[in-house]
Amino acid sequence: MEKHIQLPLTPEIAKSFHAGDSVYLTGTIYTSRDAGHKRMCEALARGEELPFDPKDATIYYVGPTPAKPGQVIGSAGPTTSGRMDAYAPTMMSVGARGMIGKGARLPEVVDAMKKYSGVYFGAIGGAGALLAKCIKKAELIAYEDLGAEALRKLYVEDMPLVVIIDSEGNNLYEEGKAAYLSAKKQ
Amino acid sequence: MREIQAQQITDVVEKLCIEANQYLPADVQGAIRKCRACEDWEIAQGVLDKIITNFEIAENESVPICQDTGMACVFLEIGQDVHIVGGNLAEAVDEGVRRGYANGYLRKSVVKDPVRRGNTGDNTPAMLYTEIVPGEEIKVTVGPKGFGSENMSMIRMFKPSAGLQGIKDFILEVVESAGPNPCPPMVVGVGIGGTFDKCALLAKKALMRPVDSSNPDPYYADLEKEMLEKINELGIGPQGFGGKTTAIGLNIETMPTHIAGMPCAVNINCHVTRHKTEVI
Repeated sequence: MEKHIQLPLTPEIAKSFHAGDSVYLTGTIYTSRDAGHKRMCEALARGEELPFDPKDATIYYVGPTPAKPGQVIGSAGPTTSGRMDAYAPTMMSVGARGMIGKGARLPEVVDAMKKYSGVYFGAIGGAGALLAKCIKKAELIAYEDLGAEALRKLYVEDMPLVVIIDSEGNNLYEEGKAAYLSAKKQ
Repeated sequence: MREIQAQQITDVVEKLCIEANQYLPADVQGAIRKCRACEDWEIAQGVLDKIITNFEIAENESVPICQDTGMACVFLEIGQDVHIVGGNLAEAVDEGVRRGYANGYLRKSVVKDPVRRGNTGDNTPAMLYTEIVPGEEIKVTVGPKGFGSENMSMIRMFKPSAGLQGIKDFILEVVESAGPNPCPPMVVGVGIGGTFDKCALLAKKALMRPVDSSNPDPYYADLEKEMLEKINELGIGPQGFGGKTTAIGLNIETMPTHIAGMPCAVNINCHVTRHKTEVI
């Protein structure tokens, strides 16, 4: 099913998705990889605020290439999400709801998604030039010293994604492969 | 004896770093288009269409195909009748990488210490391999390698009794456990033989060979074909969403090994398998 969604990602919107849905997101999202997540979780442990309001926020696991003159951002496809598994439950516990990346997640992350109505979206890994096209604004907001891994606030229009794991824990990586293999057997 | 200026090597490495990251090689483009034509699973067709659009945008607009512009793996085949003058070879290569990644707006993805981390800021050092060959030329190949796929690679030191079946099972095990993580459809590089270190290098070199080429030994050419077919029966599909196209190519490189061993390394690459070569 194809859905066009305006962010932020409220619990109601999040719960309406099913693994395998094709989703086009429009609105503000934030970028972070493992080094940024580590800092954010350390800040939370010290009782500090995050560099952005995590309520209903969507985080894109990406480290873009530098923008060429005239570009909003360089190539910007997803990185492997598993490296953020250690931090994702903490992020969801303070209100973050959407995650955009690629690759498998640990059961602990799926449990947290069920508890906090989280959604895990897949962007096409390796399609950095294509995905950059839907990023209309990019602003560095924290951790500049991390370079490509710094925290950025992005405004995206119709970002093409697929729901990989929904808030009930259904998983496209399992269901998609099983459906293909069972169709081939018949 | 032919003299080659170190500066010339720097210039070629700079150019190849940029071009390899912007233009997907024709063999890889062709393999992806061929797989798209054979793919009959709807979600997989959609993913492959986007992958094709992506490399077309990168080529037309001269931007990186993927944001992971990789570690710069540089292979030099240096003719034994060449004398490099005017600078240190390794420094000349690193300077080429430094300039290529700066002037090409490529991502700097190298940390200076594996445990203590800290970005080097210029994507150096290159992963440099040199080989002395006959002749008076230098063949320079740059293969930027992303780590989403590198992290899914494995090596195993088989005993000879494991036989061919052991190798076949291992290749499938590595691909299956990689699953959606390395941005499938993948290219699979297999090294068999040598020592622990040489075996891993063979697997990396297998990824530098055109994806539509075959091992010159018919025994291994058949094995390449068989294993590619078996991988494409796993159902992982493009991006792991399900489908036929789990891999677009599989290359095997071999060399002699010890009587007691049969090392096998599987180096996984993504659909953005980049390599560009120039002869000086």
